[in-house]
Amino acid sequence: MSKNAKILLNGLVNENPTFVLLLGMCPTLATTTSAINGLSMGVATTFVLICSNIVISLLRNLIPDKVHIPAYIVVIASFVTVVQLCVSAYMPALNDSLGLFIPLIVVNCIVLGRAESFAAKNGPVASMMDGIGIGLGFTYALTLLGMIRELLGTGKVFDVTIFSEDYGMLVFVLAPGAFIALAYLIAVVNKIRNK
Amino acid sequence: MERLQSNLKNMALSLTLIALIAAGILGVVYALTKEPIAIAEQNKQNEAINLVLPENDRIEQIKAEVEINGQNDSLKVYRAFKGDQLVGYAVETMDPKGFNGEIRFMVGFDAEGNIKDYSILKQGETPGLGAKMNDWFKAGKKGQIAGLNPGKNNMIVKKDKNDKGQGEVDGITAATISSRAFLRAVDAAYRAAFSSSDNAIAADAATGATKTDGACDEAGEKTPAADCCAEAGQDAQTTAEEA
Repeated sequence: MSKNAKILLNGLVNENPTFVLLLGMCPTLATTTSAINGLSMGVATTFVLICSNIVISLLRNLIPDKVHIPAYIVVIASFVTVVQLCVSAYMPALNDSLGLFIPLIVVNCIVLGRAESFAAKNGPVASMMDGIGIGLGFTYALTLLGMIRELLGTGKVFDVTIFSEDYGMLVFVLAPGAFIALAYLIAVVNKIRNK
Repeated sequence: MERLQSNLKNMALSLTLIALIAAGILGVVYALTKEPIAIAEQNKQNEAINLVLPENDRIEQIKAEVEINGQNDSLKVYRAFKGDQLVGYAVETMDPKGFNGEIRFMVGFDAEGNIKDYSILKQGETPGLGAKMNDWFKAGKKGQIAGLNPGKNNMIVKKDKNDKGQGEVDGITAATISSRAFLRAVDAAYRAAFSSSDNAIAADAATGATKTDGACDEAGEKTPAADCCAEAGQDAQTTAEEA
């Protein structure tokens, strides 16, 4: 397996940010009330992650060590703001479903974490692959969690009714359900990884 | 290439450069997107207005001061005319105390004050609970408010009581706080459209200046509605035009 493919897979399974690294718990728990919300948050984060990884990897030798965190934050925040402005200007429909989550990405520790632990030490291509891998890992984890919570809570998945809402367990839409569902998902992932 | 050393000159230089470039890019993007964003917002608002208003060929916008949760706020009221006839109001209304902060929506009334429809502009209520307000109160749904008139009907949730008695609206199941906020905002919209004195006269002009029922009698003494009764005898048409 080539080096880049390995980096990509790494983010999906072995270093999955949600199930293994347990990074970015705040957006994970808060935005996965429905499958589409989880997916939107994942996609938005992936985009910012890829861009910031590439740019930080290019700039890595121009930024002195002692000021790297403020420098990374400025880069990430700029990307997020650009994305937010463009989405609200040119894709108002997307903005309605996603707009809430975009500013949250700035404080998502996955983005800063990958900048710090990967992009600052590797070249732009490898950093891009890392961004894609970690981003997709985050996206599928959030989508999965969102689907489970939406199904158990309201009887729907992606707004398609599976069973009547009257049988839904409301707790899964609320915060405690997020913890419960996430814990079971992590247990399952651990079981699979330990085989 | 070696990484730059962390001396004062390098640190100041690299941070300043990065911040300047970032600021430059943001400035350009902001300037480029400012107009499309304004247009997109306007479109959204226009869609909401058209959804909640009856057929019309002219809309004029006024601002109305109204008390919301003990604070005075001004709401945008859109008055729709067909020919010279006032056919309805759309009010962009809000309540700051939803379950997760402010809710904001457009609600439409016909000239008599009957609710026609509403359209949510902004809300952050809990998905699966309060977020159901997106269509819960629409015509044909459980908590239908279309057709009700805040001047005649008691627009609070069924489990609440006020001096007019038991409420008449089915609140969202398990989301009473959201429902209350929504209904407060509807009430504020109604007061904005009908109770402030010159608006009420405009409404009279549209309905033929008859004042036999509705807003003034039942709105209570605390609202400015009392004024509108006193002034109803004035030359309604001219005041409406001045407004």
